[in-house]
Amino acid sequence: MFDDKVIEMILVGIKDTLYMTLVSTAFGYVLGLPLGIVLNITRKDGLKPNKIIYGIGDFICNIVRSVPFLILLILLIPFTRFLVGQSYGSTATIVPLVICAAPYIARVVEASLNEVDAGVIEAARAMGASDLQIIFKVLLVEARVSLFNGATITTGILLGYSAMSGTVGGGGLGDIAVRYGYYRWQTDIMIVTVLLLIIIFQIIQHVGAGFARHIDHRKR
Amino acid sequence: MSEIEIRDLTKRFQVKEHTVTALDHINLSVEKGDIFGIIGMSGAGKSTLVRSINYLEQPTEGQVLIDGVDLATLNDKELRKKRSEIGMIFQGFNLLEQKNVLDNICFPLEIAGKKKKEAVQRARELLKTVNLEEKEKAYPSQLSGGQKQRVAIARALATNPKILLCDEATSALDPQTTESILQLLKEINEKYGITIVIITHQMSVVTRVCRKVAIIDNGVLAEAGDVDKVFEDPKSDAAKELILEKKAEYLPVEDLKADRKIRIVFQDNSSYEPLVANLILNFGKPVNILKADTKNVGGKARGEMILGLPEGEELQNRMIEWIKERGISVSEVRGDV
Repeated sequence: MFDDKVIEMILVGIKDTLYMTLVSTAFGYVLGLPLGIVLNITRKDGLKPNKIIYGIGDFICNIVRSVPFLILLILLIPFTRFLVGQSYGSTATIVPLVICAAPYIARVVEASLNEVDAGVIEAARAMGASDLQIIFKVLLVEARVSLFNGATITTGILLGYSAMSGTVGGGGLGDIAVRYGYYRWQTDIMIVTVLLLIIIFQIIQHVGAGFARHIDHRKR
Repeated sequence: MSEIEIRDLTKRFQVKEHTVTALDHINLSVEKGDIFGIIGMSGAGKSTLVRSINYLEQPTEGQVLIDGVDLATLNDKELRKKRSEIGMIFQGFNLLEQKNVLDNICFPLEIAGKKKKEAVQRARELLKTVNLEEKEKAYPSQLSGGQKQRVAIARALATNPKILLCDEATSALDPQTTESILQLLKEINEKYGITIVIITHQMSVVTRVCRKVAIIDNGVLAEAGDVDKVFEDPKSDAAKELILEKKAEYLPVEDLKADRKIRIVFQDNSSYEPLVANLILNFGKPVNILKADTKNVGGKARGEMILGLPEGEELQNRMIEWIKERGISVSEVRGDV
């Protein structure tokens, strides 16, 4: 049905899509996880309540998250060019993906940590744990299932966004779908890319949920 | 020197525009090796009080001295060190759900920077103490309430604390399990000489294990002293209310109307004489038994009875005198029992 060239293109597309999704999720967590922790501990009944720091973090998250991804992608072109040297291709797409993902991840992390039972934190304080010990040995450990579920959802969303970046030459399967499916009316290639996106999404969701179940000791 | 000394402690909370006084000039001292009960109705301030002992709540005024050291003079690090010398257990157990029993018990040692191997060894010893050796690898979700509290006790003891604070530790447990947990606390007290402070709203918990008791009513210390003294002759209204356990009453109130009601408490030596029968024979007037109960106060059986006396103040006074002559404490009970 497809010649070798098309198949090779699709294989590269799969590789690029996975590369964008996984790398941007990883970098998203590098920024988002600490921000989420800060939001959690500075909130009103957090470990170290601080209205100003919480206010700033809260504001940044809301601003970035209220800009639609496609607009963010275009807005960030000068910044992306400065950082990567070009504004198209899969590596360049990682920049807006990370900027878009970080505040989202921060919110997901904040919500996961909020779920940790206040009594357990109090027990740790009563044992003489420091704030850092509570963060790393109690909060992150007790919330790990929720954190991992959040990471799975985030990865899925970034997979979708990476495909969206295809409209502005972002690379990956989305790019192929736009170029062949939309501009050239080659519906068969578009359908294949969409099917591949669905399969990748299912794999991420399955692996993620399975792993989360595996590390959860609460219900057995 | 007292193990725990609370001096003039006041705690106020700012709730929106209002200031709520949770604790009002409390003075208490707990001696080394004691089992000390702090009892009060819910909302009386007793949880705030127990949290002041390890400074989870900082007092607005007043001092908390542990072994003579004022906690307010300690810096962050010193305070954390001090806290590690004070174990604490809770109504909700507060175990780490993602760690197994052994790791939960090791946790305070891990925080204190102890080596894993030493921690595990200590945890296994404690599992033996609380009788849960076979549950080492279980997770909290697989345990019953009583077992969870046993793990929590083992965890609280891991750092070899001198004091154990129990915040409503048996309130979420059924009577049988409560009994076994209280028995365990008593054993620990005897075995390690550890000072135990028990916060509860159940008088039965206090009479069962405590030697001393403090009654907190609306943030104020209503009464404090030896449990048997307070049980025999409660002075404050709050103490009377808690001892009579009004809520546990099972007779309809109308049936308990009597001209004058008294509460008598039998000591061990007075249980031989058929007191009520002799009282009736002696005065030739009927006496109504409104309530009778036997309680375990510090390991001793104590009979408690509420009597409705017949009309006539002079007769009533003579009856009370007669009972008192037999070495039995009598107190008046007002209102419906």
